[in-house]
Amino acid sequence: MSPLSTLTPLTLKKPSPARNRLRGGARYAPTLATVGLFIAMFAVGAGMYPSFLSGQVFLNLFIDNTFLIVLAVGMTFVILTGGIDLSVGAVVALSMMVSATLLQQGWNPGAVIVLVLLIGGGLGLLMGLIIQYFDIQPFIVTLAGMFLARGLCYVISLDSIPVNEAFFTGMAQAQIPLPGDLFVSPGVLLALGIVAAAFFVLHHTRFGRTVYAIGGNEHSAMLMGLPVKATKILVYALSGLCSAIAGILFSFYSLSGYSLAAQGMELDAIAAVVIGGTLLTGGTGYVLGSVVGVLVLGIVQTFIAYDGTLSSWWTKIVIGGLLLVFILLQRLFARKAR
Amino acid sequence: MNEIVPVVEMTDIAIGFPGVKALDGVDFRLFQGEVHALMGENGAGKSTLIKALTGVYTIDSGTITVLGEPKRFSTPGESQAAGISTVYQEVNLCPNLTVEENVLLGREPRRRGSIDWKGVRSRTRAVLAELQLDHIDPGSLLSTHSIAIQQLIAIARSVEINAKVLILDEPTSSLDADEVNQLFRVIRDLRDRGVAILFVSHFLEQVYEISDRMTVLRNGKLVGEYLTRDLSRMSLISKMIGKDMEALAELDQAPARTRASNGAGVTPFIEAQGLGRKGSVSDVDLSIYPGEVVGLAGLLGAGRTEIARLFFGADKADEGTIKLKGASQKIRSPRTAIDKRIGFCSEDRKEEGLIGDLTVRDNLVLAMQASKGWARRIPRRVQDQLVAEYIEALDIRPANPDALIRNLSGGNQQKVLLARWLVTHPELLILDEPTRGIDIGAKTQIQKLVNQLAADGMSILFISSELEEVLRVSDRIAVIKDRAMVAEINNDGVSVEDVMTVIAGGAQ
Repeated sequence: MSPLSTLTPLTLKKPSPARNRLRGGARYAPTLATVGLFIAMFAVGAGMYPSFLSGQVFLNLFIDNTFLIVLAVGMTFVILTGGIDLSVGAVVALSMMVSATLLQQGWNPGAVIVLVLLIGGGLGLLMGLIIQYFDIQPFIVTLAGMFLARGLCYVISLDSIPVNEAFFTGMAQAQIPLPGDLFVSPGVLLALGIVAAAFFVLHHTRFGRTVYAIGGNEHSAMLMGLPVKATKILVYALSGLCSAIAGILFSFYSLSGYSLAAQGMELDAIAAVVIGGTLLTGGTGYVLGSVVGVLVLGIVQTFIAYDGTLSSWWTKIVIGGLLLVFILLQRLFARKAR
Repeated sequence: MNEIVPVVEMTDIAIGFPGVKALDGVDFRLFQGEVHALMGENGAGKSTLIKALTGVYTIDSGTITVLGEPKRFSTPGESQAAGISTVYQEVNLCPNLTVEENVLLGREPRRRGSIDWKGVRSRTRAVLAELQLDHIDPGSLLSTHSIAIQQLIAIARSVEINAKVLILDEPTSSLDADEVNQLFRVIRDLRDRGVAILFVSHFLEQVYEISDRMTVLRNGKLVGEYLTRDLSRMSLISKMIGKDMEALAELDQAPARTRASNGAGVTPFIEAQGLGRKGSVSDVDLSIYPGEVVGLAGLLGAGRTEIARLFFGADKADEGTIKLKGASQKIRSPRTAIDKRIGFCSEDRKEEGLIGDLTVRDNLVLAMQASKGWARRIPRRVQDQLVAEYIEALDIRPANPDALIRNLSGGNQQKVLLARWLVTHPELLILDEPTRGIDIGAKTQIQKLVNQLAADGMSILFISSELEEVLRVSDRIAVIKDRAMVAEINNDGVSVEDVMTVIAGGAQ
């Protein structure tokens, strides 16, 4: 017996080192493309409107999107494992409703924040458990979670509830001065702190690397003896917790609770993560990319605000277009890498 | 073999699935510093035994002891913690991560809660150096390496874990000769260092080259445990198939069937001229007459499957013409091909659309129903009769029409797949590696079936990596080299060497 397959195949070439480098680089390519896009948009803005080119315009992108940054962080974890979390927008609204109602009843703001974080994290944990132990697609479980959270908002109140509590209004108005007449809000520091923590967790802890491993090949991760179950559950709990934090940041920003708030924000978060270069199939992406993704969404809105004549719905159209372009780009990179 | 305590001892193991008794009272012992081959036909229970040992399946009864301690594994993690490490055929690593991460995933050295990446790098370098694999860059992505290297990286992971037992499940099935040698060097090295190695392979020569002892299974039962040097190839095979040499004798008989005449006046079923596709294959001039078996010979990756895909319309040809029964015809899609009664059994069983959660009967009936049209229900009596017929004709085991496909072994899944095409009565059947990964008994059956189908007037395009097999079943052989058809040989007394010369030289 001399099967032909044991002869040295002439046509199967091993990848050359140069090609290796190209493929390695392809990992960063989508994220770098997003960074490039952001810089280009900023430059175009500066060319069209002289006042665009200012540090404060740049910082405002953060100030106006703190909650979306935090949501995108949680969503990055989920998408890296190959999952999805559709509940985040509704959990943001629920967090706002709970805090507005309780603050109106005179609760201590610290206690309110702790309770909201517990609710958000708990909801996420519950969804994670259901996804893992009943082996149901994350899409459908978090869709149910979305309806549940949104429904609870309506149960609490149909009307908008103002927030007059001192700590919250203080946070809303606080400005942290930076050199050069610039300032940021405390929320920005919190959001960036969360981004930094997420970066550390993803790249410097076993939990973070397990997240990537699951996204790369869940079955392999299981066979390698990694704690796949616990990690997948934790990722949804983390996303729920991020949603609750985002809800509190949104409360600082809007000083109200309204059951219709943050409609479709889960989709903005997903869009930011994908535009930031994370593959929806999981395993590839960076939390910093997601932040740049949020900034890109923010700059589109800034553009429309500067223009003044365009309907704000153009934001959605542009985001839709960008999303499409980025998904096509990713596919292209994925093909090249193969 | 001196009677020290075995590293692994499995006693009276039984595992059952609905409709299938996968393992029944099997004993197995593995000693330190040996390479032990687990032998058996497809469906004999090799994979199940391995999965019982690695914690993927939980055993129904029996005991497993590791170094004298009784163990019960219900997850792969538990088995690994006991020092058992497995490298599967379809390398189970993460392609999106780097080599060093794959080696140390879940066991990265840490300093104050943070992964010590420098430590990861140095430990990976150390273990790669130990295995003389220093040429692998620890920082490169796993997906940039060939399957062979990925397998070696998986072994490096086991060495890093300090595994006492290393299980290699069909590690050589997609490697070339050099790669196999490299793998064997590493295996011997580990054996000499006292690792107990369990080796599963369909390649007899490799088993004889590398193994010290072997355990033979048949139909989920233990046949025996032997020293490799005491067991001849012939007696091993007869133990595996449980029959005397009849089947083997048949295997060696040259096909005595009278060849279909393809002289003047007969129209070929399919006639390709200058067929090609950019970036795929070119210059395919090939005709297949009714009742004729044409074999495609060539190295792995030479373009054999690509030709099959052009014939079946799975890829669109962008040059050349195809004539079916003398009439010009463009095959734009598999649908067109099926309409023109062309069947294609691809080399990838899993992707081919066998529905794992349905029974053997359902999978067969699906194809029948599709060919009859949805409106006309096939009576249960007819179903039963047809299914029974195919189960018998192809010797599908277990011979239970209600067994779930996913519980069948690879070889038996292949037979069901073949049966699914046969019920639609194609005029041209393309078989791409129909005997890969299946045992000798099933191989003989499939080869006999091919000849029988041709005798009944079917045209067959037969693709296989085993030249002997191509020579045994084919009337004519088309030689494929570097993605083009380079020669056509009439199979009258041609030897393997002749074909190899053509492949090597490209000359007639």
